[in-house]
Amino acid sequence: MSMFKVFSVAGSALAAQSQRLNVVASNLANAESVAGPDGKPYKGRQVVFQTQLLDAAGSAPGVRVAQVVEDDSPARRVHQPAHPAADENGFVTMSNVNPVEEMVNMISASRSYQTSVEVMNTAKSLLAKTLQLGA
Amino acid sequence: MLDALNRALDFQATALTLRSERSRVLAGNLANADTPNFKARDFDFGQALAQAAGNAPLRAAARTHAAHLPAAPAAAAPTLLYRAPLQSSLDGNTVEMDVERARFADNTLRYEASLRFLNGQIRTLMTAMGAAGQGQ
Repeated sequence: MSMFKVFSVAGSALAAQSQRLNVVASNLANAESVAGPDGKPYKGRQVVFQTQLLDAAGSAPGVRVAQVVEDDSPARRVHQPAHPAADENGFVTMSNVNPVEEMVNMISASRSYQTSVEVMNTAKSLLAKTLQLGA
Repeated sequence: MLDALNRALDFQATALTLRSERSRVLAGNLANADTPNFKARDFDFGQALAQAAGNAPLRAAARTHAAHLPAAPAAAAPTLLYRAPLQSSLDGNTVEMDVERARFADNTLRYEASLRFLNGQIRTLMTAMGAAGQGQ
């Protein structure tokens, strides 16, 4: 029954979008952090989505997170001479996360997640009705 | 006799199978709404149904033993086409959420319509056979 494949397709989208949400949460949590355990400021991370074919014919394209890449844009530098992590000129190096971009990313991920949940619910109710065929 | 019963239900059954195939393709489009360079796909339902209605089974029966008789050859799977986007996006993705959702909802409704027709035909046949307590 090919309808069952809808669950795999929508399920792969749920997994990918929730990983994207996880990355957004991590970026937002670290937006104001100055230095990680390695002494370097936190770098924003982004997921890279890739199509994952779930059958040979290519009619069930799922999605997966191919990799998580680090954002290489320059870190934010704030003048705070009283801060313990300030350098000799009084500048503190913060993470390069842009909270506005991350909020937009979060909304987009949450909308996509909702769509996949609706697709799954629709497929579920159609299958339930098909099971009652002829009753 | 049984073949006649099969034939009575065959058309709607084929339509139902194609509808579920299409819902899978559209679900794939929705799942890949954020994938860079993904091209939205779909197939012409009318054409696929006309093609499948002529030469019945959509899937070939698997032969797990050498002595099994070959079943009728399966009809070709519907040809997947690419959707022409109304507004192209910068990342090469051609999925338009509103279009895909509308098509998905439309496909769902038509799937339910096919189900209803099939149920009606089954009830008609039950009545004709005089099944006790059915369709009276």
